[in-house]
Amino acid sequence: MSTQILMPALSPTMEEGKLAKWLVKEGDAVKSGDILAEIETDKATMEFEAVDEGRIGKILVAEGTEGVKVNAPIAVLVGDGEDARATAAPKAAPASVPTTPAAAKAAQVPVAQTVPIKLEDPSLPEGTEFVTMTVREALRDAMAEEMRRDDTVFLMGEEVAQYQGAYKVSQGLLEEFGARRVIDTPITEQGFAGLGVGAAFNGLKPIVEFMTWNFAMQAIDQIINSAAKTRYMSGGQMHSPIVFRGPNGPAARVGAQHSQDYSAWYAHVPGLKVISPYFAADAKALLKAAIRDPNPVVFLENEIVYGRSFPVPKIDDYVLPIGKARVVRPGRDVTLVAHSICVGLILEAAEALAQEGIDAELIDLRTLRPLDTETVIESVKKTNRIVTVEQGWPICSIGSEIASQMVEKAFDWLDAPPTKVTGKDVPMPYAANLEKLALPTVDDIISAAKAVCYRA
Amino acid sequence: MSEAKKAVVTGVNNAVATPNSVSLKTFYSDMLLIRRFEERAGQLYGMGLIGGFCHLYIGQEAVVVGMQANIAPQDQIITAYRDHGHMLACGMDPKGVMAELTGRSTGYSKGKGGSMHMFSSEKHFFGGHGIVGAQIPLGTGLAFADKYRNTGGVTLTYLGDGAANQGQVYESFNMAQLWKLPVVYIIENNQYAMGTSVDRSSAQTQFYKRGVSFNIPGEEVDGMDVEAVYAAGRKAVEYCRSGNGPMILEMKTYRYRGHSMSDPAKYRTREEVQTVREKRDPIEHLGQKLVSRGIATEDELKAMDKDIRLVVNTAAEFAIESPEPDLAELFTDVIA
Repeated sequence: MSTQILMPALSPTMEEGKLAKWLVKEGDAVKSGDILAEIETDKATMEFEAVDEGRIGKILVAEGTEGVKVNAPIAVLVGDGEDARATAAPKAAPASVPTTPAAAKAAQVPVAQTVPIKLEDPSLPEGTEFVTMTVREALRDAMAEEMRRDDTVFLMGEEVAQYQGAYKVSQGLLEEFGARRVIDTPITEQGFAGLGVGAAFNGLKPIVEFMTWNFAMQAIDQIINSAAKTRYMSGGQMHSPIVFRGPNGPAARVGAQHSQDYSAWYAHVPGLKVISPYFAADAKALLKAAIRDPNPVVFLENEIVYGRSFPVPKIDDYVLPIGKARVVRPGRDVTLVAHSICVGLILEAAEALAQEGIDAELIDLRTLRPLDTETVIESVKKTNRIVTVEQGWPICSIGSEIASQMVEKAFDWLDAPPTKVTGKDVPMPYAANLEKLALPTVDDIISAAKAVCYRA
Repeated sequence: MSEAKKAVVTGVNNAVATPNSVSLKTFYSDMLLIRRFEERAGQLYGMGLIGGFCHLYIGQEAVVVGMQANIAPQDQIITAYRDHGHMLACGMDPKGVMAELTGRSTGYSKGKGGSMHMFSSEKHFFGGHGIVGAQIPLGTGLAFADKYRNTGGVTLTYLGDGAANQGQVYESFNMAQLWKLPVVYIIENNQYAMGTSVDRSSAQTQFYKRGVSFNIPGEEVDGMDVEAVYAAGRKAVEYCRSGNGPMILEMKTYRYRGHSMSDPAKYRTREEVQTVREKRDPIEHLGQKLVSRGIATEDELKAMDKDIRLVVNTAAEFAIESPEPDLAELFTDVIA
């Protein structure tokens, strides 16, 4: 009896990957624990072990094939008595998986979703060329460029150096800048966050990476009490030009302690700047701005967004001002406001709403502190309706703040109550169906947008 | 004070770490300045001119004075909230310190920091931190920056016996030894973490051993004897400056006053405090030595006290007469 060997999911967020190398060939006998293949995820190259005993009947996906979906059959395992070569390829082999090296080469598509959106930036010269890159690469390039221009900039955190980053964001940096400037820390968030602040007091510009912002809870005292407040407490004498960065918000199926959106937490704190971009161009230009900023900056990334590809202007030293929202899509009927991964949701919602004749204006906040209320107000003056979208909890959320500001400052322009779409008011559940229910969806946004437009 | 300290640093070149007579007199006047300053601060607190928390350093003067005599201009200093003595020992102006205590615009933080939050970029004094233990990673980071930039600087990171039980201390010890950072951790063991004696709070009460599992050398020092502090500090600073990594000094000391001004200190007897004052007072002790060794006469010491009282009175007057911060200062220096 033959068994299909399926493409494994090797990380919580992996949907597809590259079959980098086969370590067995057709006809080889394998037993459980043997390494069958090397598989490259968006984070790392992993070895894939056999579970069952048998003989490799047929290899269905050639090595070098990219974009192999999780659970797609990649080989057939046959019992000892069976004729390996005679075994037919199972029907289940998906058409989308190229099986020859030539086809594999042609299928050099980016690993994750590409959003073909043209980003307006009036500061860019006419005819600026764009290159497509992932948010992950954009962040890495931002750090590399800033480290090239300023020797006082260094990166520290768990697994940032030899491992190349837990999420591969710092890939290649150790090689270029060496162990003096790309520093693996022990697992000691409070300690290295405080150490970074001290180094910033004393003339350096640290980039402190938290493997995720969930772990920064151990260090939040240093971020707020030591980094954010010192300029004020010292009457302007001492300050900490430091960037704290890492993935924020829920990933996928990692449970309550690893799935939390800290946007509102840090946006609450005077003395900090808080940035949470969506597009790769903004990630790059704003991280560069954050590194140059003389204030402590909290830079909230998103693990799921790391692998998304977007156009980035191909110009030297692309830096954007902190504190400016972006109107991603102009519209007349309703303003949808989001940041980070939820910008992807409002883009999708806007398309669906357009089908129903509702023309949504989309705002990507990009910076959460200082919050660009002006841009939001200008939009509401035009649309008279606003829906905010975020993954964080509803109480005292970014949406709560925007709603309050709109009621105070744009009350006369509002034709409907400002409405929030947020994560549900519960710790993140593990079960797939409950997790889905806990997070804002495109449908939630469509419903909210229709409600403020008084359309059923 | 800073002038005199420079003389000490350059004047002591002998292999045996014994301060010469000039530096002993300086130690005496430095300690006395801290004592008189703190007494006056306590008085102003009682008059309602200083508010909030105010943690006095009285009794512990020998620690900071002995240690600070060992530093070079490129070195850094950081401590927690019992910090007035450290600021004075760094050479910060008593007027600016006192004016910060009274919350005036002429204070080191323009009146916005208070007793626990003062800084001086000029004197390399990095605060002044109110969260018990938080200054230890910060001090470790100051040392990291010096090593990164190869400045030859050493950081003196002060902490108390209470802070020594915080987890971040050991996170810092680990990184400091791992990366051989030039930092001296000075544990001022004044026997009480607020109202809890070391015996009731610490499984290992010999704090100089707290670095053992990180292979950080530690030494116990009589923190009531400024000469002993100076000698130990000199060795430690040299050890760190030579690239050997961190070192721990445990200073056995004692605070005469409560934890803060609002502490009734019922956790210890009056006799206990009195005994230390009579038998181990660092200033009395050094004064007697100066006289018996013929370095100073009783009259000289009295004259010194008179001069210091004048300095402190001037500082107090300045602190009382200076204006409060302009209301517009509420919103300045939040962010650049």
